Amino acid sequence: MELIFEKSAPGRHGTVLPKSDVSPAAELPAALLRAEPAGLPELSELEVVRHFSNLSRRNFAVDTNFYPLGSCTMKYNAKAAEEAVRLFAGVHPLLPYLPAGESFVQGSLGVIHQLSQLLAEITGMAAFSCQPLAGAQGEMAGIMMIAAWHRSQGQQRRFVVVPDSSHGTNPATAALVGYEVLTVPTSSAGDMDLDVFRQTMNNEVAAVMMTCPNTLGLFNSQVAEICAIAHGHGALVYCDGANLNAILGKVRPGEIGFDVMHVNLHKTFGTPHGGGGPGSGPVGVSEKLLPFLPSPRIAQRSDGSYYLAEPAAESIGRLANFYGNFGILVRALAYITMLGRDGLVEVSEQAVLNANYVMSRLKGWYDLPFDTGCMHECVFSAARQLKQGVHALDIAKYLIDRGFHPPTVYFPLIVKEAIMIEPTETESKETLDAFIAVMIEAAQLAETNPEALFQAPRTMPVSRLDETKAAREINVCCSWVIAGEERGLRI
Amino acid sequence: MKRSGYCPQTPAQIREMLAVIGVSSIAELFAVIPPELRARSFELPEGMSEFEMLAGMERLAGQDRRDLVPFIGGGSYDHLIPAVVDHLAGRAEFATSYTPYQPECSQGTLQALYEYQTVICRLTGMDATNASLYDGGSALAEAALMALRITGRKKILVDAAVNPFSRQIVQTYLANLAVEVVEIAALKGQGDRQQFLATLDDETAAIILQNPNFFGGVDDFSDLAAAACVRGALTIVSIYPLSLGLLKTPGEMGADLAVGDGQSLGNPLSFGGPSFGFLAVKKEHIRNLPGRIVGETVDKDGRRGFVLTLQAREQHIRRQKATSNICSNQSLSALRGLIFLATLGREGLVELARLNYDKAQYAEGLLAGIRGVSLLNAGPTFNEFTLRLPTAAASVCAQLLTRGIVAGVPLGRWYPGLEACLTVTVTEKRSRAQIETLAAAMEEVLWS
Amino acid sequence: MDYYFTKEHEWLRLDGQSGLVGITAYAVEQLGDITFVELPRPGREAKQSEVLCAVESVKAASDIYAPVSGRVLAVNEQVESGPEIVNQSPEEEGWLVRIELADPGELRSLMNREQYRDYLEGLS
Ligand SMILES: Cc1ncc(COP(=O)(O)O)c(C=O)c1O
Repeated sequence: MELIFEKSAPGRHGTVLPKSDVSPAAELPAALLRAEPAGLPELSELEVVRHFSNLSRRNFAVDTNFYPLGSCTMKYNAKAAEEAVRLFAGVHPLLPYLPAGESFVQGSLGVIHQLSQLLAEITGMAAFSCQPLAGAQGEMAGIMMIAAWHRSQGQQRRFVVVPDSSHGTNPATAALVGYEVLTVPTSSAGDMDLDVFRQTMNNEVAAVMMTCPNTLGLFNSQVAEICAIAHGHGALVYCDGANLNAILGKVRPGEIGFDVMHVNLHKTFGTPHGGGGPGSGPVGVSEKLLPFLPSPRIAQRSDGSYYLAEPAAESIGRLANFYGNFGILVRALAYITMLGRDGLVEVSEQAVLNANYVMSRLKGWYDLPFDTGCMHECVFSAARQLKQGVHALDIAKYLIDRGFHPPTVYFPLIVKEAIMIEPTETESKETLDAFIAVMIEAAQLAETNPEALFQAPRTMPVSRLDETKAAREINVCCSWVIAGEERGLRI
Repeated sequence: MKRSGYCPQTPAQIREMLAVIGVSSIAELFAVIPPELRARSFELPEGMSEFEMLAGMERLAGQDRRDLVPFIGGGSYDHLIPAVVDHLAGRAEFATSYTPYQPECSQGTLQALYEYQTVICRLTGMDATNASLYDGGSALAEAALMALRITGRKKILVDAAVNPFSRQIVQTYLANLAVEVVEIAALKGQGDRQQFLATLDDETAAIILQNPNFFGGVDDFSDLAAAACVRGALTIVSIYPLSLGLLKTPGEMGADLAVGDGQSLGNPLSFGGPSFGFLAVKKEHIRNLPGRIVGETVDKDGRRGFVLTLQAREQHIRRQKATSNICSNQSLSALRGLIFLATLGREGLVELARLNYDKAQYAEGLLAGIRGVSLLNAGPTFNEFTLRLPTAAASVCAQLLTRGIVAGVPLGRWYPGLEACLTVTVTEKRSRAQIETLAAAMEEVLWS
Repeated sequence: MDYYFTKEHEWLRLDGQSGLVGITAYAVEQLGDITFVELPRPGREAKQSEVLCAVESVKAASDIYAPVSGRVLAVNEQVESGPEIVNQSPEEEGWLVRIELADPGELRSLMNREQYRDYLEGLS
């Protein structure tokens, strides 16, 4: 499809702006002005609408396709939550900073406070900050709080321990906060290797980061012991709560030894993923970390009114422009309100049921490196198919032709040719069966006609793309001419 | 148990599925969880229908005041949003997909993000950018981290006229990294150039500037960028993208890194989020960018297509050596920015910036003409300016609030010594009548 | 000419007091299409087994360790502009760095071609 810039015609425009009701002001000095207008495309409104409508049709999405992208919890996003967001439009975030300004925003502050309280009850943590703008920022806040806590104990520690199955954001976060990363291998049972973990631990370890259930979709029954060992060395334990969907109402991380955790509202609490974001990654802490929570914090007076609490001296400070991705917080509150207690329990039960069903039906066809019951997702390996030269990627591409968004492939890194399937609770058995049938078909083709897999996808607007060319001949911005000079084509 | 509408399995299907799995109940699927680890509490309200939920939300939303006339900015701006933005960005194919890991079935998102990257480069006069960051503040922090990596130095100079919240975010991000952050005073509504030049040295990784600054002042930082360059330091300029309809670009000033918050481009106030952050750079720094980047390439049959590229920088490959920990970004908000800019077009953005400028200048003249009121800095402004009032700005602001007018941001909280100062914002949405009402009301509050 | 090999799949080809360093055909095969090579600054002092530079492919990034200690005398600028030479000719034109040998004794810790071949066999 043409780029929007290629559809541009000089002098055309879409939106008409209101006429000015004041007289023009004196020009700014030329030294403060840009030399020429930015090279924005010039299109009528209809052309803009066609362009983006047609672009959108080149996407798979939850509303159009089954999207079992492991670790991402691509569940259905309730439309009523979108309605709720509309109700809260148009409030300026600085109002609470004005004298008595809090009284003007009791509704919006209430959303944040109520959601924080619900998350605390769901996870068993003492309190939450909804400020982190995504899971990775929640992790950063969590590790920073741990660093601040150690400092408050008069300690400066060096290391953060992560299992080798962890998500890339975990070690990246530790490094961002200035820690060195120690990696612990996974045992044959799919859990963190407890012996190596014991040997790795020392009094220089600030934190252990665990995903619960882990990224192999397994619940580690030794998790309490791991927390105890870490605590024995004066370290704190971080829970990556990206997989909370599996244990809603079953396990509360705050009760089993975790000191800090983040949750991904865009996974567990049904907010849309937006083609990559915005998400939201509220961070929760146990009692002893309360003073370190990011500021500002939203608190409630005894008369029920909400206010911005003065930041504690120990607070790690501000992470986001304002209070977080507020629009996402509204959606999550709407979701939890609709589902309620029993609805959330049903979520975890049905998510686990669906994943185990897919796992049981496919395990005759694909290698299952950790063959135990799974939680909300299951991780296969295409090692068997690789013997015919077929990679996980080829299977993924074949699924596209059959109308399914592929599972996550090549993560976790410790599983060779990983295929990570997370069906979520919102998919019907009929959909799962159709997906399973195509997965089986792909396994059969790997044996009988691998070429059919190598050629996929054939039904999309593009066939497989040359990623090497993209990385070698960098073109991340369409060229334009400014001051007679061509800019932005090749780097 | 009344089931939610979101879990479709019928009781018969559940039985069938359990049989396939080889267990007798759902409870058995959770048997790996030892009893002592089971939740001891889960005290949540009962669920409800969407109708009841929305009624409750409406009551809650009713506790916000939406009838105030805002002359307030400070990083979040009340701008017009054409209907096409909501309509197109609301399309489920954009909203309910995720990071385009599988490019063949994600060309919509990928091409849109490539176009987004292009408009950001064209707007800022820079060479390259990524597919968005969280917000303006975290983009500034990421830029500072980038400068530390690129230069291998450990000191950053920040103009105190940079948005205080953004400065706080930079402090948060750098707190554990043994970096010296030096703030350059800005008492008269402008960073002190002499102090900048005197403090800039061969240890400095970057200088951080903002245009227009937090007081509303418009500047040309070419001289500071040149001075930084001589010292081997990078220049980071934070900008209000809508102002780039008129104002000199960071690229023209010689900035190495340009950052900003995209809220003003088609994203509603929404109590501060979501919006998006952008970080645009000179081409030599592209491999140091954090986050997703979309690049153009061709498919097996030679057709143009788009992919995520230069991924070896990112956490999912480089882990602890990645350029950042960012994973999810703010794609949908960035898409809104693109649609907004596309529907305004080349001339429309100039016109929009001009409307802001004209109305704000009109307001500035009226308000600064009130007895006892002066401008903190008589230099050029765009759509924000700072008044020095004859009395505490907070109390004037409070009195105007009771009349339904949000007169601006009193600066005392962030700038001790400037308790009498009020930063006023006038966007294209404010009418002449509203501006005149503000002026009359302020005069009354001050003098009657 | 004599090649020395490391367990991390670097090679060193000595000519006199200095030698060329690159990555082996096996390493290149594992990485796939190389898209970028990040070279050290000439003049840098490298220590044996410490990170010398890095290579990137589409889906991986890999550190290259110094096979011996010494000063970086020169880098192969050709691989900067055209990283594909590393794929085409990993053990000749696709060299990365010329390093001045600080301690010939360190050569003893490296493998010769035969030993490296055996080592590779042990890996599969
Ligand atoms: C296990 C795990 N941890 C952390 C993250 C990071 O979350 P976000 O993308 O919201 O930053 C993810 C998301 O992909 C994840 O799957």
